[in-house]
Amino acid sequence: MRLKRWLPWASAAALLLVAMIAAAATQKLIHSEKSLYREVFVYEDGNTRCLCFTKLCAIGRQTCIDLKQPQRLVFEYTQMILGALFLKPDPHSILIIGLGGGTLPRTLEKLLPEADIDVVEIDPAVVGVAQQYFGFQTDERVHLIVQDGRAYVRAALRGGKHYDLIMLDAYEHQYIPEHMLTREFLTEVRSLLQPGGIVAANTFSSSHLYDNESVTYSSVYGVFYNLRSANRVILASNAPLPSIEEATRNSRRFTTAFEPYGFTPQSVLERFSTRADWDPSVRVLTDQYSPSNLLNGPP
Amino acid sequence: MYRALLYLIAGWSGYFVMGIELLGGRLLAPYFGSSIYVWGAIISVFMLALSLGYLWGGRASLHAPSLKRLALILLAAAVTTLPILVWGDDLLEHLSALISDPRFGSLSAAGLLFFLPTCISGMVSPYAVRLLVPDRASAGHLAGKLYFVSTFGSAAGTILTSFYLVLYLEVNQILLLMLAISAVVGVIAWLQPAAVDA
Repeated sequence: MRLKRWLPWASAAALLLVAMIAAAATQKLIHSEKSLYREVFVYEDGNTRCLCFTKLCAIGRQTCIDLKQPQRLVFEYTQMILGALFLKPDPHSILIIGLGGGTLPRTLEKLLPEADIDVVEIDPAVVGVAQQYFGFQTDERVHLIVQDGRAYVRAALRGGKHYDLIMLDAYEHQYIPEHMLTREFLTEVRSLLQPGGIVAANTFSSSHLYDNESVTYSSVYGVFYNLRSANRVILASNAPLPSIEEATRNSRRFTTAFEPYGFTPQSVLERFSTRADWDPSVRVLTDQYSPSNLLNGPP
Repeated sequence: MYRALLYLIAGWSGYFVMGIELLGGRLLAPYFGSSIYVWGAIISVFMLALSLGYLWGGRASLHAPSLKRLALILLAAAVTTLPILVWGDDLLEHLSALISDPRFGSLSAAGLLFFLPTCISGMVSPYAVRLLVPDRASAGHLAGKLYFVSTFGSAAGTILTSFYLVLYLEVNQILLLMLAISAVVGVIAWLQPAAVDA
């Protein structure tokens, strides 16, 4: 009787273990280093090269590139976050917080020949790996600042800077910088936007944190577009949110531009939703109350 | 009762220090981030403050030591924590604008906000040892017990604050709660009859 109850679980666990070992067997570790904040791994698996912050790379991959077609966007979230361009089709100044393998700045620089891009990354080791293994380069249009994201946002505000588009890509499954998921931080980001600017955040789709994050964003931005798949992308504005008709019109401008990256604007547009599919009664995250990593447990 | 109070004060003081240290990281993060050097700055200030506190606490115990005075030390540590609540944000705002290097920015912020309460808290243990020890033979034994209680309190303050309290309370609410407990413990100790003082 007991055995019967445990059998499905045991076999599922065994299968998962076999799958992970099989995945690990085809993965080749080509670089690893300990940084001030974490361990950084670069794996290759056939034609795919991935940046990971965990030894078992099956989960928690930060960036992957297709070595045969380096432009192709391997992760759906990078495609979804580019949906920000449907709300702001020609941003001139862009801030990206969180470098990873540098896919976002690399793609945006090619897509938007007019744009100036500032990238903020806390970990110097990640910068080195992005440059050496993922083709990230700084130039006269792409600038890199090695600093804590929130400290940079505050310094930029003091310096009177503004951006048309701000992308937040600093959250991972193992660790969330809690001071960058609070009402006060999102308010600072809102002030750092030009009038009618857009903030685009790559965050989580599961766990209790989903509800807290949602009420925190809506406390600062009101209604926002919510794009869900394995990840979650939030698109919000400091002006009234552009309508879905406007987003649809703008998206057509990118039909040919997105082609080399291996996806269509339509596939992203389908995910745009303003439906509030969360529990509105949970607490807003603030500088005074921000146990994000504790809330980010399994749902 | 007298001995129990000495242990209680030492244990609570240990809890208090680590509670403030953990919440200190929370308070500084919006202004200086949570880079490794921000934690480095906080820990350095706490260690320096405690080391000087031990020195001065020991020296203070030379002159007419009493439970009442120990109670005053505990209350003083609580009172010097108040500026964190009242002026903390304004001070951090100014400092982060004034000092662009985040290492020295966070070091000066941690120094200004946390040095005084931590240093005064550091005075508690050596002072309590003086009140606890009746003769040379038992000195090591009793000092060991007191260190145990004090550092055990620190462990409790660390785990309770970081695992549970931040899940239910705001940073300032936790600080106020700790101040209230310090006040209660301090007043109870103050009200003890002086006759039993060694």
